[in-house]
Amino acid sequence: MSDINKSSNPFNPRIVAFFCNWCTYTAADLAGTARMTYAPNVRVVRIMCSGRLDPQFILKALRDGADGVLIGGCHPGDCHYQEGNYKALRRFTLLKRLLESIGIEEGRVRLEWIAASEGDKVQRVINEMTETVRRLGPLNLEIPDAPLKGSVITEHYPEAAVSQGASNE
Amino acid sequence: MSKPKIAFYWCASCGGCEEAVVDLNEDILDVVAAFDIVFWPVALDFKRDDVEAMTDKSIAVSFINGAVRNSEQSEMVELLRSKSQTVVAFGSCAHLGGIPGLANISNRAEILEEVYSKSPAVINENGTAPREEIEVPEGKLELPFLWNTVKTLDQAIDVDYYLPGCPPPVDIIKNAVGAIMKGELPPKGTVLAPDIALCEDCPRKDTKPEKILLKEYKRPHEMAVDPTQCLLTQGLLCLGIVTRKGCGSACINGNMPCTGCMGPVSQARDYGAKAISSIASLVDSNDEKEINEILEEIIDPLGTFYRYSLPASLIHRSYQKSSRQGEK
Ligand code: SF4
Repeated sequence: MSDINKSSNPFNPRIVAFFCNWCTYTAADLAGTARMTYAPNVRVVRIMCSGRLDPQFILKALRDGADGVLIGGCHPGDCHYQEGNYKALRRFTLLKRLLESIGIEEGRVRLEWIAASEGDKVQRVINEMTETVRRLGPLNLEIPDAPLKGSVITEHYPEAAVSQGASNE
Repeated sequence: MSKPKIAFYWCASCGGCEEAVVDLNEDILDVVAAFDIVFWPVALDFKRDDVEAMTDKSIAVSFINGAVRNSEQSEMVELLRSKSQTVVAFGSCAHLGGIPGLANISNRAEILEEVYSKSPAVINENGTAPREEIEVPEGKLELPFLWNTVKTLDQAIDVDYYLPGCPPPVDIIKNAVGAIMKGELPPKGTVLAPDIALCEDCPRKDTKPEKILLKEYKRPHEMAVDPTQCLLTQGLLCLGIVTRKGCGSACINGNMPCTGCMGPVSQARDYGAKAISSIASLVDSNDEKEINEILEEIIDPLGTFYRYSLPASLIHRSYQKSSRQGEK
């Protein structure tokens, strides 16, 4: 299937994948050792837990040239840290609505639960997603030249600290 | 020795920032005693020609409020940049794009159509619409060109400091002016407000539990808001958890949740994404369907979490309605 699409559509999407260390990354490793082949369009970033995935990472990836973002975490109930994947799901649910409202198509950001033993699922999801994003085309966000605010220096207010509130996440 | 010169200017803004300067009350006299105000269109009769006649870098500080969204604003801020040693982005619109920045969910064509024909309050039988230029017997007349996309001030010119707030609170302005007068300015790029979340300052912070879990999100008009309890704990979208303090908890004291005009603390790059992260993680459910239902209660995530910061955000604008025809 992918060959047909490839020949009719030469666009090669760039997809950033955030895989949790304990399940999905291990599964990707397994797919590798089992010599499964899948689309080479995904750049994997290993994070300790899908619950560590700040929605800012997703937007930053899209801003910096990714055409899609894939998030992989442990199946519900299997999180190494008990609850991290549920937090990922809650954030993803709200972020998805934001992305919809600004016209970033649904298939560009995808959350999947992939257990450590599911190398074949890594293969399937990556192939599927690559085809979906290929069909959607390049993302091409309009990005102004601007300093990265938020990297500002804060020495002027040495009391600097974030509230408990922000760590309530 | 002559006094250092300062200038005030406004771009796409509501005028509230000008009001905030006037709210300095008697303290404005200290400002006038220490500085010469050489340009302030809202209050003083100096014109663009006067600014053009100044030598480069002859203005010590320009305070510019408003977002930048048309050719005239862009020319004026570039002019002021070349004449000023220091430029301060004054208020939410200059800092992050502000309320005018929400126009980035639409585009130039749609906005003009809405304003000049579609809006129910408009009768425009001849289809009059603004043009950039027109020939009249006396010569050619020009109007500024409205952009497709609203920019923050620092997306238009180099900015030295930021004074956040909608409008900036008087104390924050006084501090900044004091620091300028004493020549004690912090490193370039600093947001001149405490880098601490509003919750730390909030009179209700003791009623905020260590861990909040919510089964529903509500809006203020749907409930009787308890005037003593943490608003977030009551299910209201209070964004004090990611917003800089410095406003004196003005909205909280009015029994209304924080909407985030002071912008993010410096640890957050993208205000809305950080707010989405914090707010969504409070949902008290692990069930996909229920999580969805609870979060559906947040009617307008874009307008809620990027109310003041869409142009400054990582996504910058909406792409459904992005048409490049209006770009400069
Ligand atoms: S969430 Fe709002 S009401 Fe609650 S402590 Fe923070 S600023 Fe105050």
